Amino acid sequence: MHPFAYFEPKTLDETIALLSQHGRAADLMAGGTDLLVEIKEHIRRPAAVINLKTIPGLAELACDAATGLRIGALVTVRTIETSPAVQRLYPALAGAAREIGSIQIRNRATVVGNVCRASPSADTLPPLIAFGAHVEMVGPAGTRSLPLEAFFTGPGKTALGADEVVTAIVLPPPAAQAGSDYIKHGRRRAMELATVGVAVSLRRDGDVCRDLRIVLGAVAPTPIRARAAEALLEGVAPDEATVAAAGRAARDEARPISNVRASADYRRAMVAVLTRRAVAAAWERTGREIQP
Amino acid sequence: MTTATVPVTITINGEPRELGVAPSRTLLDVLRNEAGLTGTKKGCDVGDCGACTVLLDDVPVNSCLVLAVEANGRRVTTIEGIAPDPDRLHPLQENFMALGASQCGFCTPGIIVMAKALLDRNPNPTEEEIRFGLAGNICRCTGYTKIVEAIQVTARQMAADAGKPA
Repeated sequence: MHPFAYFEPKTLDETIALLSQHGRAADLMAGGTDLLVEIKEHIRRPAAVINLKTIPGLAELACDAATGLRIGALVTVRTIETSPAVQRLYPALAGAAREIGSIQIRNRATVVGNVCRASPSADTLPPLIAFGAHVEMVGPAGTRSLPLEAFFTGPGKTALGADEVVTAIVLPPPAAQAGSDYIKHGRRRAMELATVGVAVSLRRDGDVCRDLRIVLGAVAPTPIRARAAEALLEGVAPDEATVAAAGRAARDEARPISNVRASADYRRAMVAVLTRRAVAAAWERTGREIQP
Repeated sequence: MTTATVPVTITINGEPRELGVAPSRTLLDVLRNEAGLTGTKKGCDVGDCGACTVLLDDVPVNSCLVLAVEANGRRVTTIEGIAPDPDRLHPLQENFMALGASQCGFCTPGIIVMAKALLDRNPNPTEEEIRFGLAGNICRCTGYTKIVEAIQVTARQMAADAGKPA
């Protein structure tokens, strides 16, 4: 790897000062599983690497039915995958975590790193957006929070300032009778990037579906909400015909590209199928079947 | 801190080692070149193949994606440190030999280290759990069948041995 200055700040204030000093020439490192690969492959040549792992408190995970989920900047993907509380309360997120890389990678990679890397195919982004996540940031002007949906501005691009640090991702508590699911579609089962990813979060109100969020990954420059599909199911008792119609609506909202992993047409076709399946799985987690 | 060499102390296979490392050096390169432990292999060097798997404080990681400076003050276990004593191999090592679970051998150290981590966490894994656990360890020779079998046999032997009086 090309040489870089290396820093182990002990506080966020120290980190922000380093960022202000080095600007875009510095890269923050959490797990390092993307950053070090990009340095090795000459995609990035940072003059400075700032390791966040020496800052106390950033590795904290809090997950509770009353207060929701708070994922500190250093919480690993493996911690999310194996947390019984996350598995129970946010099953689509625990499931997406399980789909990333290998155990060795997940032991190092962080959820916040996955968010800041802003890959259109990143597996944790659709479920986090479906659960209504916010991003907490700190910079020279203090702290701020953004809905995760508004955080992504393009492939690899976010609203994070050059002198800001993401400190946590925060999710609201799950609603009563909530259901969620994430389905990843790839060319093989392991060590793969998503060709298409679909996350669904909803709650059951009697016999009808409420507060639906359908989020599509790897079919646009950023993860996107399929709002027309959501609207078709809002306040509806879902049956096979309405769920299939929502799948077709989501397909029409996708804006995929063709690349080495799949053609745009194939991705669109898969959005319809996976949306239908993810809505059905999320609904079934609320204790009901989809009516024929 | 700068790009200059920094002193670190890493406990490698139980032995504290004082080394000087540049911040851009990976744990993998330092293990192989500075510590002289060439059992850990360098395959892809980008976290895809698992040949460089080591335990960092008992947690399996790709040593090609860990900076050596990050291992300062921590424990690293490599394939050279898996055996219980110098005269005996680990049961995984014995069974990989006995069952022919190694052909060219390049992936074997990483797979045995990963398998040890899996059995430490789950002493009685199903075939599916073994295959899921080894997703990040690529073998291009064997087709994995004998690797899975060697791990299953080891799990059964270790369970039987644990039930015996000492």
